[in-house]
Amino acid sequence: MENAIEVRNLITHYGDREILKNLSFSIPKGKTTVILGGSGCGKSTLLKHLIGLLKPTSGSILMNGKDIAILDEAELDEVRKKTGVLFQGAALLNSMSIAENVALPVAEHTKLNESTIQIMVRMKLDLVGLSGFENYYPSQLSGGMKKRAGLARAIALDPELLFFDEPSAGLDPVTAAGLDELILKLRNVFKMTIVVVTHELPSVFMIADYVIMLDIGEVIFSGTIDELKASDNPRIRMFLERRPEKEAFSPDDYFRIIAGD
Amino acid sequence: MTFLKDINDASKLINETFYWAFVSPFKGRGIRVRASISEMVKAGYNSVPIVAVISFFIGVILALQSAYQLKRVGALIYVANLVGVSITRELGPIITAIIVSGRSGSAYAAEIGSMKAAEEIDALKTMGINPVRFLVVPKLMALMIMLPVLTIIADVVGIFGGFLLSTTVLEIHPYSYFQQTVNALLVKDIITGLVKAWAFGVIITIVGAYQGFKVEGGAEEVGRRTTASVVASIFLVIVFDLFFTALFYYFT
Ligand SMILES: Nc1ncnc2c1ncn2[C@@H]1O[C@H](COP(=O)(O)OP(=O)(O)O)[C@@H](O)[C@H]1O
Ligand SMILES: [Mg+2]
Repeated sequence: MENAIEVRNLITHYGDREILKNLSFSIPKGKTTVILGGSGCGKSTLLKHLIGLLKPTSGSILMNGKDIAILDEAELDEVRKKTGVLFQGAALLNSMSIAENVALPVAEHTKLNESTIQIMVRMKLDLVGLSGFENYYPSQLSGGMKKRAGLARAIALDPELLFFDEPSAGLDPVTAAGLDELILKLRNVFKMTIVVVTHELPSVFMIADYVIMLDIGEVIFSGTIDELKASDNPRIRMFLERRPEKEAFSPDDYFRIIAGD
Repeated sequence: MTFLKDINDASKLINETFYWAFVSPFKGRGIRVRASISEMVKAGYNSVPIVAVISFFIGVILALQSAYQLKRVGALIYVANLVGVSITRELGPIITAIIVSGRSGSAYAAEIGSMKAAEEIDALKTMGINPVRFLVVPKLMALMIMLPVLTIIADVVGIFGGFLLSTTVLEIHPYSYFQQTVNALLVKDIITGLVKAWAFGVIITIVGAYQGFKVEGGAEEVGRRTTASVVASIFLVIVFDLFFTALFYYFT
């Protein structure tokens, strides 16, 4: 199995606080990989390193044989032309219409003329089910539509690699499932390598080929979705069965602490 | 420590801004002309009324205040000199800079800050679009051009305010006031004022953008940074004004 990304011994800090603790894993090419984990375990931080927004303290992130942890901005830009990112809040530019947002990366990185760009934009908006909304502004769209528009922008340059940060966060189940359908379509039809960061289980079971599970900055599982379901690691079972973390103290303990006994 | 880091961050931003504004166009990576024009309209054209009204009042006030002193020594006609010179050398540029700090500097901090909070800056970077080139350079171009232009308007309107007061209330003959002003003003005075205005434009853009890029959290921090940008840019404008004025005093 060929790998699109290989992460080796990745360690990162915010200030003095260690967030990712020596991560090593690989992401297979042409598949949908889900990075799973509870809130605050470092998923978004990991994603920001994978797309070159943050530099790690140590370790390497290999993409097509290049270590993006040590590339400079100009070299990174070359990598970025082949990657698309859908941010948690879609991150559309609010001062521009939907069509202008989707056209932005195309106008920046190609020499195509205005009318060709227009056609490309319409095709991408069609693909995500937003045809007819070209002249709307982000503030006029619902959360789900914004994410679709953000996705159209992310795939504007037909990237090989597509990243999603919490695609279903803040969406109702039906809209979220619609977005999952789109993710499946992109992998099946366009053979993109897709990396999705999420904590939503229904979404994981629908889209994942491969799962990497994080827990407090460490990889506790990586393997196929069936291997995940069969795992008997207690942390994984707890997550899959939606059990809360065990209370450290029972009510009796609290009473004893308060009573000072 | 944080102070040194701030200095370091600010100089990085200045470096990057000047690179994208003045070096990269010669390497085939031009500035965004249409965005620059739209920023010029926002910062320049839309500020004309407020700049004109305030500098008119300043001209009137200046004429009244100087008449109060000059009348006693029987040199009322020198009101023209005082108004003309102090407006072109000092008050025109500084009043314009303060107005633009409040209008545009704060808007820059708020715009970039809320884009930072909404991950729009990150999105630009991941599209391979440099946020400084995309956002800051058009604003820099706009203010570098519009601040001197607004200052010329402030100069003209301010002098006109002084003229109007002097010829009515002070009963100075219009023609002699005009003659006196023309004789008092040196091209040098006007030019030094415009050079200052240009520098103030750079300061206001950089401070606004710097505060915007500093935003890490949410909306509440955007508000705080916006206020900070106005305070900081007015402070720096005054500091640089002192510096330039001293420089011009000794070297011209
Ligand atoms: N910019 C930042 N500065 C300092 N700490 C941060 C920053 N961003 C996130 N963190 C901390 O890093 C940890 C991991 O955050 P994050 O990667 O956003 O988690 P997740 O996306 O899994 O919910 C959290 O404890 C969070 O408080
Ligand atoms: Mg997150």
